[in-house]
Amino acid sequence: MTRRVFAIHGGVHPPENKSQSLTTPIVSAGIPELLVLPMAQTVGAPAKANVQVGDRVLKGQMIAEASGFISAPIHAPSSGIIAALDDQLVAHSSGITAPCITIKTDGKDEWIKHEGVADFRSCDKQALIQLIRDAGIAGLGGAGFPTAVKLSPSADKRITTLIINGTECEPYITSDHSIMRERAADIVRGSEILAYLLQSEQILIGVEDNKPDAIAALRTAAEGTSIEVVEFHTKYPSGGEKQLIEILTGKQVPSGGLPADIGIVCQNVGTAYAVTRAIDHGEPLISRITTVTGKAVAQPRNMEVLLGTSMRFLLEQCGWQPAEMSRLVMGGPMMGFTMPSADVPVVKTTNCILAPTEQEFPTPQFAQACIRCGLCAEACPASLLPQQLYWFARAKEYEKLEDHHLADCIECGACSYVCPSNIPLVQYYRASKAEIRQRDLEHIKSEQARERFEAREARLEKLEQEKLAKRKARKEAAKKPATASSAQDPKQAEIQAAVARAKAKKADTANGEDPVQAAIARAQAKRAQANAEPEDKLATLQKALATADKRLGNTREKLEQAKSEGSDKVTLLEGSLGKLEAKRQQAQQALEDYQQKEHG
Amino acid sequence: MVQQSSPITSPHLSVKQDTGAVMRLVLLATLPGVATLTWFFGWGTVINIVWASLVALGAEALVLKLRKRPIGFYLRDCSALVTAFLLAISIPPYAPWWLVIVGVGVSIIIAKQLYGGMGFNPFNPAMVGYVVLLISFPVEMTSWAAPADSVADQPALLGPLQALYANFPWLSSQPVDAFTMATPLDVFKQNNTQMISEFWGSEPQFGSFGGYAWEWVNLAFLLGGLFLLYKRVFTWHAPLTMLLALAFMAALFYDGGSAASKGSPLFHLFTGAAMFGAFFIVTDPVSSAVSNRGRLIYGAGIGVLIFLIRSYGNYPDAVAFAVLLMNFAAPLIDYYTQPRTYGHGNARK
Repeated sequence: MTRRVFAIHGGVHPPENKSQSLTTPIVSAGIPELLVLPMAQTVGAPAKANVQVGDRVLKGQMIAEASGFISAPIHAPSSGIIAALDDQLVAHSSGITAPCITIKTDGKDEWIKHEGVADFRSCDKQALIQLIRDAGIAGLGGAGFPTAVKLSPSADKRITTLIINGTECEPYITSDHSIMRERAADIVRGSEILAYLLQSEQILIGVEDNKPDAIAALRTAAEGTSIEVVEFHTKYPSGGEKQLIEILTGKQVPSGGLPADIGIVCQNVGTAYAVTRAIDHGEPLISRITTVTGKAVAQPRNMEVLLGTSMRFLLEQCGWQPAEMSRLVMGGPMMGFTMPSADVPVVKTTNCILAPTEQEFPTPQFAQACIRCGLCAEACPASLLPQQLYWFARAKEYEKLEDHHLADCIECGACSYVCPSNIPLVQYYRASKAEIRQRDLEHIKSEQARERFEAREARLEKLEQEKLAKRKARKEAAKKPATASSAQDPKQAEIQAAVARAKAKKADTANGEDPVQAAIARAQAKRAQANAEPEDKLATLQKALATADKRLGNTREKLEQAKSEGSDKVTLLEGSLGKLEAKRQQAQQALEDYQQKEHG
Repeated sequence: MVQQSSPITSPHLSVKQDTGAVMRLVLLATLPGVATLTWFFGWGTVINIVWASLVALGAEALVLKLRKRPIGFYLRDCSALVTAFLLAISIPPYAPWWLVIVGVGVSIIIAKQLYGGMGFNPFNPAMVGYVVLLISFPVEMTSWAAPADSVADQPALLGPLQALYANFPWLSSQPVDAFTMATPLDVFKQNNTQMISEFWGSEPQFGSFGGYAWEWVNLAFLLGGLFLLYKRVFTWHAPLTMLLALAFMAALFYDGGSAASKGSPLFHLFTGAAMFGAFFIVTDPVSSAVSNRGRLIYGAGIGVLIFLIRSYGNYPDAVAFAVLLMNFAAPLIDYYTQPRTYGHGNARK
């Protein structure tokens, strides 16, 4: 029975160069003297060390804990002493150092106590997923996404199909190929465990037709199970998750979405193998299969490597000729990263160490002009227009880049591979993606700042409005009784006023103050004032001003208090405030006049 | 280990082909057509090509020097030579030497380099040069040599040396004139009284199905075009729709071969610059639409325009005008023909 497979757009056929590393079975690389384990080996948050320098650790012992949901713990690949907890050179093209745990191995390779689950089908799924999480398993195909996260899709997503990716479409790499042909039974077992955890009915193992021995081994191992091994034509990049899903199901993962959105989860064959080791044997992920190949090694092969082993240690076992090597690449020729040095450790995602000669991987030529020949568009598996993206990237037209779906570029390198002008297209896309990310981040930040500012403005405005409304209400409340009483009887009020005036006059005369006498007294007082010492006069005036200031301040405070309390005194205080302000004005005027007279 | 100053990023492999190789393939593919032109019209085309190539390389080098670009690096991409070949093939054999200088100068300096050089030109440089010449020097540009054996009293074709003297009159004291006559398309345009079958027999310009000699020239360019297609230098989309659209329009206006007929589809496909245009001009990637769907539209537009301008315009052939008009439209076509990206359900149509 052959299953219908679907065609994908684009793709290229670079020389495979896979047979060189497949002449021998997988060999163990042995235990190096030092194992250097970076804290960040997978997608997500770096792990946190839970050991100290000098601690003795056993093989399989957890030495760093996961630090979040998307994070994976790290285990000691062999027994030994923790030699250092510091920054070391890691497998990154920019040559950065990162926190690592260094173990000085003791050669005893002493395991920690561990045991597997007798029958996974009788176990709680959550408990099994926890076991996988604790085993530190992450996607071994290259991306390194923590496996347990993929096994916990949100409740509303039903996973109907589990796809096990044995495509390995990148040239040179044969680590999946070798594990499929030698350990097919464990892969089939792991696929069943994963399908059980996801409750998916359909299990498909996709393999390119350039691996007939692997397909045969898997088919034999899968006999009697519901697992279907599907073969399809060899074409790069059929092994891309999205591409493989389309080949096997004809469905496309929605842009910006996950395979789980269409009921699919994809796992690599190596990951399935690691799951079997973890569930059936209780072994955490401490080693992996890595292809060591390229013309600068005499015996290309696949090796079972303890994580943290230096690449140099592996290369030297394969007849490395460093003088011949043009560059050292981790991964394949299409998507691999150039290593800063051979002294970097193998991590969970190291599927291949490629040591090519200059003739094999020539130094890139100087890029010529783009003539929009369109070969890149024909090769693009995402049906993008790479030549247009290139122009937009050069012009930094980010809106147009987004319009032309730069985000859907999987960076497979097919466009650069076919470009007759040697333009490093993928490099432009990576840079533009990073710039767009940065810009989006800044945009979010400025949006947040703007929102905060606007909220503050609105709050202040609201307070002001409330204040005004209250004041208005109080003013009206204060006015009402006054107008009411005067309106009651205007005549009576007039009479009362007249009486008051007459009384005041009478009182003045009764005090015996002759207007003439009074005038004389005032004149005398003035003269006395003028004769007084100028310093005294200045001091007096300054004191008067200070007093006026103080009173004004006090009254203002009282007024504020009265306002906030909504007291009736407000109008009264406002009146006196006006008077005090006038007085202060006078005092200041007097002082200034005096000063002018004195100095002018 | 060879230390790299900055890390080389993936992909680490690429096909062993460069733009220069593509251009050389195009040059190679013109040879059957050039040979046929030479067979029928004498050495004029070859001399045009050699002279135009020299002028093009000189003009390109000059501008690159002014622009402070590496001259050798850019000359090696052979794009100037392609422009020279295409323009030289388009202009009449035995065209005066200065006509080539003006045409190539406009193509290389104005249409190509002033826009930024290789890859940046919005218009096909050879066609810009051709149109400038056609508008500025209509007499020289429409005096096409008579094909050998077309008329009884025609003198033998000029030998290579005589042809050289025809192009460069100042090289010789004895001026040589090439024998010229109207092209089949001219004849067609001037006819409005005769049935097609009548003047097909009476005029010497017509062959078995296309113009005399022109049908062989077109077949030769078709051969070269198919070679390029086989070599995957371009895709089939634009040439096919151009030829189909031209044939369709001709069929629509064939009118049963009456006096008002604009000629049969076969006549249109195998006369003038139809095949040369379809495989060597329309396929210029720089100035055409980029997506395959866009190229279908682009080619079809050129085919329709060629027919309209041939039939109703004032100039005898129309490939250059049609191509330039569609060059204008290419960005618009690109905008509306973006392919549906993976994972996008309702991509823009």
